[in-house]
Parts: sequence; structure tokens; C-alpha cells
Amino acid sequence: MNLSFNVEKIRQDFPILSKKINNKPLIYFDNAATSQTPICVIDCIKDYYEKYNSNIHRGVHSLSDEATSAYEDARNKVKDHFNIKYSEEVIFTSGTTHSINIVSNGFSKILTKDDEIIVSGLEHHSNIVPWQMMIESSGAKLKVIPLMENGELDMDEFANILSLKTKVVFLNHVSNALGLINPIEKIINMSHEKGAYVLIDGAQSAAHFKIDLQKLNVDFFTASAHKLCGPTGVGFLYGKKELLHRMEPLMGGGEMISDVTFSKTTYADLPHKFEAGTPNISGVIAFGRALDYLNEIGLEKIENYENDLLDYANSKLKQIEGLKIYGESKNKTSVISFNIEGIHSYDIGALLDKFGIAVRTGQHCAQPIMDHFGVDGTVRASFSFINTFQEIDDLFEALKKVKSMLS
Amino acid sequence: MTIENAQKDIIDNFLFFDDWTQKYEYIIELSKDLEFMSDNLKSEDNLIKGCQSKVWLHAEMINGKINFLADSEAIITKGIISILLNVFNNRKPQEILDSDMGFIEKIGLKEHLSPNRANGLSSMYKQIKFYALAFSKS
Ligand SMILES: Cc1ncc(COP(=O)(O)O)c(C=O)c1O
Repeated sequence: MNLSFNVEKIRQDFPILSKKINNKPLIYFDNAATSQTPICVIDCIKDYYEKYNSNIHRGVHSLSDEATSAYEDARNKVKDHFNIKYSEEVIFTSGTTHSINIVSNGFSKILTKDDEIIVSGLEHHSNIVPWQMMIESSGAKLKVIPLMENGELDMDEFANILSLKTKVVFLNHVSNALGLINPIEKIINMSHEKGAYVLIDGAQSAAHFKIDLQKLNVDFFTASAHKLCGPTGVGFLYGKKELLHRMEPLMGGGEMISDVTFSKTTYADLPHKFEAGTPNISGVIAFGRALDYLNEIGLEKIENYENDLLDYANSKLKQIEGLKIYGESKNKTSVISFNIEGIHSYDIGALLDKFGIAVRTGQHCAQPIMDHFGVDGTVRASFSFINTFQEIDDLFEALKKVKSMLS
Repeated sequence: MTIENAQKDIIDNFLFFDDWTQKYEYIIELSKDLEFMSDNLKSEDNLIKGCQSKVWLHAEMINGKINFLADSEAIITKGIISILLNVFNNRKPQEILDSDMGFIEKIGLKEHLSPNRANGLSSMYKQIKFYALAFSKS
């Protein structure tokens, strides 16, 4: 057990943890859907509106200067945190979904019907739908990396479907439904050998361990702030400069052009080409603050503590008869997706809520994975560094009661 | 008994419970009272779309009153369906059209009607009203 991690002190940073649900202290095990927000991030948003709210990149006045430099500071924080080479390779978006749409849209103009793209069988719907739309417009073909029995990707099959025709490979770093960490280093290298570009959806990984994008040598990467202790509706897309230059922007509007006449518009340089309109300024600045917060604690410490929580939860939950865990592996983040024999996941979730315990139930926007396991949903408990071992004991006790009520 | 009286009875029943466990145990009991719905009625047409637990609702007009059959995969949803059908089954269409769902809030089950729960219950009430409207015109 990790004694150097002062979770009680950290919990004081999160005002929401003093909330009661059904007269019980909130136990928040839905961190994979949205992380909770520390007070410094909340204050950062408040500060913006109280002290320097104004539009960026367009004023001559002091407030606008102040807002613009705070916004650009946040870009540098993302750049440093993910070890990105150039700050203009960081594009602020409304989140992972938006980022993926920028890339799929960009490629829809580049690919042809002879090209192929590969997606993993572990994807979130947000990663499947934009590419299906892209295929419709470009005529390119979609191939899927199948899953092995336990939910891990079948890498032999990946090697089989990867070819010189493959132009883009996209997959999540960590699957949201199961928490499995995919072997992206291997996938990136194999794809590059065939000349294919790789987009990694880091929505579920960035909060759990440090990611070095230059080292990974990945072509595109994206994550959402609201899973990283930041605000909702903000995220970023990283793309290699030369690729971003080649792609057409998804949205047209103010801020993204350098020259406009009614016959022709010249796009602004990176990153503004992809940031049309007034962005979520306070959100972006607060995202930067959230990264600072995570770094103040230290992602390595977070990772170790969360691994301990996961091990403990695994050992506890397995004591419950009839409880089946999906996607067991050594390589996973602190997520447990499970069912109890003969009981619908909705019933478990609804009763756990009565104990003040928040979990997610259902398909987790990943119907293909549910189909793979032949279930129509699971209960997903996702732990983070704000959770305690005691809370896992409480979950264990609550599950035993829920089970006896429902069977 | 009118719809209003049926709702009042349910509210009275729920007043007995001191805590949520008793309440939910009662709901789970009620789920067992639901009239059997045969698999052939659990068709795509009768499916009420809610992403988490499937809910089926079938309606027929018998002697001027609407007869409902419903089922769900989740027990709690089933229990609440049972409560709803206690109130709305075998009613004239106009009675249903004049009704509301305030009693669900009074028995402390409002959360099950929230769109977020996506358990199809609020859609189910809409569908009950929709049938009532359709039958009132036929
Ligand atoms: C793996 C994965 N990809 C994409 C998303 C979508 O993120 P957002 O809703 O922030 O765009 C999520 C969030 O649920 C996710 O878990």
C-alpha cells in the first residue's frame, strides 16, 4: 500500500467531496466519465471572469493582452506536459470528439477509394462515427482490429490487415469501457513502417500516466480537459505540423483566416487555422491550471496510488459470488467493468446511487465491446487518486447488500 | 377508483417506509406482480428506446378501456412499471389524458423519470399518453 500518498489532504482540494447523496457522503467512482474539479481550477475560472474577461488575439487593450497571454500560456503548458515540439502543434478544441472530427474531416479530402483506414474494436462511439462519415465521403475502406477473448487487441490480426493501402490507424490509448491499455508504441511503429498515420485518442489515458508525444512519435493525439481535473467542453488536438498544414479546417469563421475577400479566403497559420470563433477562453486557461495541479501532485505518484486502488478493488470485488469482471489484464488503468450474474446493470447502478456511490452503467458508448462479451451493458467503477481504500470497502459492502436485495 | 385515488393509495403505501431500503424492497416485490408479457409481444415495435434497460409496452382497447402489458429487463424498472400500470391500466383514454405524473415525485422516485436515467420510463409515460390519444380518436 502506498503510504506516501496523502489522499486526505488531496481530497480537501475538491469541494464536491463534501456533498451528500441520499444523506450519505458522495463516493465518486465515475472518474472515467468526468474527473472532479479541484478548487484551484474553479478559482481560475472565477478569476478570469472577475479580473480579465475579454476576447483574445484581437484587442489593442490591456485586458485583451492579459487574456491572450493567459490563453497562450495554457498552450505552452499543454506543450510542455505532453512534450510536444512546437506550441503551434497544439490546437484547442471542445474536446476529444471535436479533435477527432477535425482529423477525420481533414483526411476525407485527402483519401480516395483505394485507401484503407484501420480502427480498433475497442473504440468509443466518438471514434467510430466520424470515420464512418469520412468513409462515406471519400470512399475509403474501414477495417477493424478484432479483440481477443479478454478484450485485448488481437495484434496478429492487426499485422494481417495492415498494408501499404492503410493510410490512417486510429485507436484509443486506453479503452473507456474496460480500462485496457493498448500497445500503442508497437502499433505506431508498425503503422509507420507501412506509411500510415496514427491518431491516438488519449481521453482515458492522459489522467493516469505521463505521456511523451515526441518519444511516441505519434502523428495525432487528443484528450479532453474534463477527464484531467479541468473544465468540461475543452480539449486539445496535437498534430504534426506538416500534417496540420495539409489538412483543411473543419470550421470556417473568425480568427482562422488571414485574408478574406468574397472570392477567396486565405487560412491563418497554425494553430489559428483550426480555432475558428471565440474559444472557451476561461476553460482553456483553467485546463492549463489543471495540468499544473496534476504535476504538483505528480503523475507518477498518481499512477502508483491508482494501481494500488485497482489491485485492492479487484481483490475485494472478486470475493462477491457471481461477479464477473470484463477485460482483465495486467495492463489497465483503475477501471473495473463488471456484472453480477442474473442482475441487470441498471439495477445495480440505481441501488448503488442510494448508497451515495456513483458508477456508470450501460454500454459506455462502446456497443461493439458489449457485443464482444455478449452483454448489453456493464457496471463500470472507475477510480482515481481522490478515492480511498475505505471507499472501496464501502462499495464492497454496498454490492453485497444490493445483491441480496435483487436476488 | 379514479386515477387520482389510485395515485393517492400508492402515496399512502409509500408513507409507511422509513428508509429507502424498505421502499426499494417494496418496488422489487411489485416487479413480481406485473402481468406476464409473452415474448412475441416484446417486439421491436413495442420497444421503448432507452439505452440502459429495455422496456416494452403493448396496448389494446378492450370495451372502451385501454389494456396495457409491459416488461423490462431491469427489476427496479419493472417495479416502477408495475406502479404505473396500477394507475393507468384499464382506463378510458380520456382519464389518462387528464392525468399527470406528480405522484412519482411524491413517493420519492422522481429520479427514475429523469431523462438522464435513460431507462425509458419517462418515454414510457409519454407512450401511454400517446396510446390514449390515439385510442381517443378511434
Ligand atoms: C475513449 C474516449 N474517447 C472519446 C471520448 C469523448 O470525449 P469528449 O466527450 O470529451 O469529446 C471519451 C469520453 O467519454 C472517451 O472515453
